[in-house]
Parts: sequence; C-alpha cells; structure tokens
Amino acid sequence: MRQLFIPLGLIVVVVGCASAGAGTTSPTTAPQSAATAQDTSGGIGPQYTSTYQRHQNSAVLIRNATIMTATGQEIQGGSILLRDGKIVAVGTTVEAPTDATVVDGTGKWVTPGVIDTHSHLGVYAAPGTFAESDGNEATRPVTAEVWAEHSFWPQDPQIPLAIAGGVTTIQALPGSANLIGGRSAVLKLIPGRSVQEMKFPGAHYGLKMACGENPKRVYGQRGGPSTRMGNMAGYREAFIGAQTYRRRWDKWNKDHQGDPPDRNLRNETLAEVLRGNIYVQNHCYRADEMVQMLDLAHEFGFKIRSFHHAVEAYKIADVLAREGVAASVWADWWGFKEEAMDGIYENAALLQQAGARAVIHSDDAGGIQRLNQEAAKAMFHGRRAGIPVTRDQALRWFTANPAWALGLDSIVGTLEPGKMADVVLWSADPLSVYAQAVQVYNDGWLVYDRTDPAHQPKTDFMLGHP
Amino acid sequence: MIAFLLAQTIAITGGTVYPVSGPKIENATVLIRDGRIAAVGTNVAVPAGATRIDAAGKWVTPGLIDGAGQMGLREISAVQNTNESQLRGHEIAAAFNVLEGINPASTLIPVNRIEGVTTTLAVPNGSLIWGQAALIDLDGATIEAMRVRSPVAMVADLSEGSKDAGGGSRAGVAQRLRRVFDDALEYARRGPNYQRAQNEELAASSADLQALLPVLRGQLPLIAVANRRSDIETALRIGREYKLRLILAGAAEAWMIPGQIAAAGVPVLVEPLQNLPSYDALGIRYENAPLLAKGGVKLALMETATENTRNLRQQAGNAVANGMTWDQALRAVTLTPAEIFGVADRYGSLEAGKVANVVVWTGDPFEFSTGVEHVFIRGRDIPLRSRQTELLERYKTLPPKY
Repeated sequence: MRQLFIPLGLIVVVVGCASAGAGTTSPTTAPQSAATAQDTSGGIGPQYTSTYQRHQNSAVLIRNATIMTATGQEIQGGSILLRDGKIVAVGTTVEAPTDATVVDGTGKWVTPGVIDTHSHLGVYAAPGTFAESDGNEATRPVTAEVWAEHSFWPQDPQIPLAIAGGVTTIQALPGSANLIGGRSAVLKLIPGRSVQEMKFPGAHYGLKMACGENPKRVYGQRGGPSTRMGNMAGYREAFIGAQTYRRRWDKWNKDHQGDPPDRNLRNETLAEVLRGNIYVQNHCYRADEMVQMLDLAHEFGFKIRSFHHAVEAYKIADVLAREGVAASVWADWWGFKEEAMDGIYENAALLQQAGARAVIHSDDAGGIQRLNQEAAKAMFHGRRAGIPVTRDQALRWFTANPAWALGLDSIVGTLEPGKMADVVLWSADPLSVYAQAVQVYNDGWLVYDRTDPAHQPKTDFMLGHP
Repeated sequence: MIAFLLAQTIAITGGTVYPVSGPKIENATVLIRDGRIAAVGTNVAVPAGATRIDAAGKWVTPGLIDGAGQMGLREISAVQNTNESQLRGHEIAAAFNVLEGINPASTLIPVNRIEGVTTTLAVPNGSLIWGQAALIDLDGATIEAMRVRSPVAMVADLSEGSKDAGGGSRAGVAQRLRRVFDDALEYARRGPNYQRAQNEELAASSADLQALLPVLRGQLPLIAVANRRSDIETALRIGREYKLRLILAGAAEAWMIPGQIAAAGVPVLVEPLQNLPSYDALGIRYENAPLLAKGGVKLALMETATENTRNLRQQAGNAVANGMTWDQALRAVTLTPAEIFGVADRYGSLEAGKVANVVVWTGDPFEFSTGVEHVFIRGRDIPLRSRQTELLERYKTLPPKY
C-alpha cells in the first residue's frame, strides 16, 4: 500500500492479503485439548507439539497504575500481581509479597497483552526477499496440507518490533493466494530458536481460507478458479473429499477393523475442521461473500470462527451476531483493491452495536505494532457517529475478542486472577496516540522494557547491523 | 454584489489558534474573506454579515499538507485502469508531469480532506527519473481549480527500487543519472545542433533532457528518493556536483547523518511510521524523524498510503511519541512542507494574505479522540461528506436504507 518513496513491505499486502531467555522451568499447565483431538484423526501423534517453556521470572507487582482489565473495569490507582506466569490479584489493595519486584505504575496504564488474529510475521519475514517469502504455497488452490509453522522463521526482525508494541500472542497465517491456504500457527510472541518454542500450548490450529479477488487472480490463468463461483466450487469439492475421509477414519478409530485408511494430509486437516477441532479463519472482504461462506459452513456443518479483513462486515453485522462469527477488521484500511472499497471507520463500532464480536487485526508487520492505536481510531470514529462504544469494549477488540477467535479466551485476553500473565504497561492511556508500551510481560516474563536495553530483544538477523 | 462579498466572509471565533508561523493564540479569531485569510488575532473586528463559526474550546490550525502520495492519480491501487501515476516503459521520464492525469472526482479526495488534510503532493511513480510532481488542493471541479503549483519538483529514485535502471547496481544508477544530467547540459549548449545533426545518441529524449534543465539551473528542486545511508550520501554528492536544489525523500537511515544533511541545507520528507528493515534500509527506525528534527534538519512528514493520506496526523502523533516536539510535528505537516514545495508565501500558516486552508478540530489534531469540525479549502466550508459517510448512513441501522 505504500508504493511511493519507501517501497517496503509490498509483498505481504499484495500476496499475503491485502497484506534470550532467563533459564527455563516447569512446562506450562495449559490445556492440551487440540493435541488430544488430533490423535483421533489417526496418524498425527505428538510429534508436532509445543516445546514452549515458561521463562523464570520473579513475582512482579505493578502498583498505582490505571488498570484496564478488559472485563469492564478501569481501576484508578490499581495494582496487579504476577507470579509464576499467572495473574494473582488485581485491585486497589494488593499487598506486595517480599520477593516481588515492585514497578511504579504512577501515571501509567496496564492492559492485557495484545493479541493479533492475523499476522504474517515469520512467514513473510523481513528483509522481505524471495528467501523469506514463505507465506503462500501458491502452487495449487487448495493446500490444506501445509502448516504455517513449517514456514515460520523465528529470527524475523519484525518480531521484536511487534513485541515492543505490546503484542504477546499472534496467529501466524498462510497468505491468501489459495482458497484453502493451510494451517495457522498460534504463537507466544517471544524470542525463540524454533517455532516449537513459541507455539501456544494447547491452542487450536486455524485453517486459512480466502474469498474473492486473490485466489481468482492467482489461479485465473493457471487452471482456475478464475471466478467467485469457481472459488465456491473449490471449497465444496475439498470438503466433500474430507467428509468421506473423516467417515472412514472415524469408523476405523472406533472399531480398528483391518488396515487403517491411507493418510492424506490435506484431508486430515479438513477432517479436523469438520470435527470442530481446527478453527476456520476466513479472509473475506465483501458482505455478500461472507454470506456465501456461511452457506458453505452450514452445508458441511463446521463453524467459521472469524472472518478476516471483513471491511464490509458492518453491512451484515446482524447476521454475524446471529451466527456467532467474529469479524477481524482494520480500523481504516480501504480502497487498495475493489473488494476493499467499502471499508469505513465505523465498522468495528457497528459490529459492537449489533452484538457481534469485533476484533482489530493487522495483517501487517507495521500495523501489528500499534493495534491499540487502530482500536482507538475505530472507537472514536464510532462515537462521533453516535455509536456508543466503551473504552473497555475497544480494549477487548485487541485483547479478549481475538483471544476468543483463537479459542484462548479462558487463558488470555483479560486481567483476571488465574489468567496467564500476559500484561502490558503503557506510558499513557493506550487509546492515545502518544502511548507506548513501557513493559511487556509474556507469561510473567519481562520480555520487553523500553527503559532497559537488557530487555529489548533483537533477533539474530539484526546482529551486526546498524 | 455586497451581499455576495459578505457571503464570502467567515469568522472563526473563540478558538485556540495555532498559526504555526507564531505562538498559539487563545480565544482568537480567524477571518476569511474571498478564499484568503484576512486577519488572525484577538482583536479582529468581525464584519457585520460575516458567517460566524463558534470555535470556543476548539483548536484551529492550517490545513495539513502531505508531501507524498498519488492523490487523484490512483483510485484503486490494484486496478491499473485507475492508475495514472507512471509513464510505463520510461526509465527516464523527466518530461512526464502528472498534472493532467489527476481526477478531481476521485473518491479518495473527500475521504481524506474531511480528516483535515487540505493539500497534497501528487507524485509520479517510475524507475530512475519518475517525472514531475504537482501540489494540489483537495477541492475543485477541475484540475486548474485544484492546482497549487506545478511542477513542484522533479523526482528521481536512488534507492534499491531503481537498480534495474542502473544495470543492477547502485553505482550504475548514479553514473546513469550523471550521464543524463551531462547530456541535458550538453543539449542546452548545442540544442539546435542536436536537432540538426546528432552524432551520438544522447542519454534521454530531447524532451526529457529539456525538462531537466530547470533542475540543473537550480530553478526546480530534485526530490531524490534514498533510504540507505550510502544512497543518501550519493544523492548529496550528486547534488553538490550539479548544484541542485535537493530534497531527500524516504531517507530511512538519515538519522545516522543529520549533521551532514543539515549542513547541506537539504530538506527531508520522512514517513515516521516506517521501521521495517529491508536491504534498502536495515537501519530504519521510528526515531528517524525525531532525530533529524533534533539535528536541525528541515523536515516534513509524509503519509505515503494515498487512500489513507488522512493518517498524516497519526504519523505526526507518533513522531511526537518518539521524541519530536509537538510544535515541530505540527510545523512538519504545515509550514515546512509549504516551504519545501516553494509555496510558503501562500500556504502553511494562518497569516493574513494566505490561502484560507483552515481546519477546526475538537482538540489536539494528532489525537484519535479529536474530530474535525470544519475544513476550509480556499475559504470554502467543505461539507464533511464522502462516499464512506454515505455508506455509514445507509448501514447505520439494519436493514439498510436503499
């Protein structure tokens, strides 16, 4: 989108979508539901599980800050205690344990860690040459068999920039060249040597699907689909195959009669979608196409967890509320292609008003660094248009709601005792343009501190550069 | 006749006025007459019959000027049919002036002006020499009505983006640019000769060489796109060699050498929210604009995404968050770009005699909580409507209103 003067970062937009540790301790106790579920499809054992380990960190008490909990509360002069990767207490009268590091939050704000449902970090890594272009397996329109985690490069120098923007969890997605682009990777955004060290334990995989212009542009001259009706036929064909596959495997898993059916990677993933274990994350701009995709989901009995880039979601906010589908949107991206022409600032606010679940997402290594700002833009424009949006609701657009879209809302996304200690300390009101993340805690670990170079991670790639 | 003239008189009263050319003035009046600012201050007599705009509690600033983008030249980036910004197939397109490609009916214009941007550069795109940029106001039914100044500058690319035009090497780019410049000077010396009996092929067409003469005579600035420090230094070197009026654009690694740039007297166009490393600028960082400002470099801020030119104020706010002073940032989106583009006699500040591009804000223009109350372009109170506000009205309650 930024062709003039600084031609950087084009690849993600055009093709993608638009688009050090402190020692280790005990493994996390987060649920392993998705891993368990995968076993039932046959063949995928625990080989691809997370090796994430929580970093040891002393207890931390941030006190005398304004704490926005994303549960409806904004606590003045509040304190929050983090211990062993968990939020222990939030309120105005939290005692500092003797072993806790005390952080003075005077004049500062505290929110949950920022969560982005739509990132291409690691799969379209900087410096952005062909060598790092690993986001689209654009060799055929249905590639349900590929997994974003197998492309993900943990040394992407964009990762620390996003961390400095307060981001603690991302969904790294395949690009949108394909009708079905492959599995997403849901990650703790921390420095790591491998993607395995970053995989959010127990997170559901997502399945990237894409509507509209991109697949038909990419495949129009390469055997199709070349039309939106071709797109629909492509999804249906894929899921018809998966239905048969699932039936065979479910039967075999039940009775273990004879040889197991042949494994098929593509159908393995799609069968997991049909079983509800993999969440559909659907790039879809236009309202009419989202309605088509809902028909598709109804035909095959799966749920779309979130539409992404849903610039026209406001036109069907009632439908999305009824269907329980989240809409991941930008505050103000519009106009860069025809299916994005009807993007309006008030999209998220109108979704909120209709009772639908709005998410502010980035799809962009720049935008991910300031999702708080994007949410602020969307909130204030909504308010000016007379649509009531609370500060807490706007905060939820980049915390609790994306947590739900990733199926992690019981673990992260709000500041409540028992939740994972993913916490951001901001220099000012996070809905102000002047606010910056001062400290970022990921699972209780101080992964970023603006005031302390010892807590400003650099990936290997950046070493030796200016 | 009298009634007609009075109808053209507007008094914005009671606001906190940021003239930019001087300190802010509380509870001041900005008087607009016939498209120009007639007076600014606390003791301005409001003529009887003037249209009064109560700006009590509001902030009043000059309209914002974006030193980038392709407003009117590019409706939808992905649709080539709507893109007029590039002379395809021409690596040296010096004679290409974008002005007649501008579409005054572009939907991007209302969308962006109602957020406080009143004037933008319309910049060509291209290979090595992109062509001539024009400065336009975001109002007017015709190109003539929108035109502020054209050409404002010649644009050339010394970044990674033009390497192909240099045979794949930055050194080739610089050497080719010199050949073109030398031939333009040669052409100026032997123009008639060249037309009659040319012995050797010149480095560009006669039209392009001719178009470069104002640049080489120091009459027209050259905007040099450069991001890597060494490319910026190459641009400065070539600027010295040919005594050019240079403007740097992009300038991602300029923060490394503010002293050199300031000493050369070269202004810089920077996009503050650029910090993603590429091989063109591994040292790119948010602190670029603030460090340049601190180093005494003349600086204007850009938002390069044409459809979201309105985010110029977010760019400015982030520059402040990263260390620029608020006053520096406001100047960098108003008076400084006007100076850089040679129109500061008419644009960029709230002073008597200047063109009445004025914005009334509910508060700090850089804050998200701030809304736009009025936008005046050449004294016209612009309706705060766009295709997007129409979509909002249609879908604000469902089912939609057809």
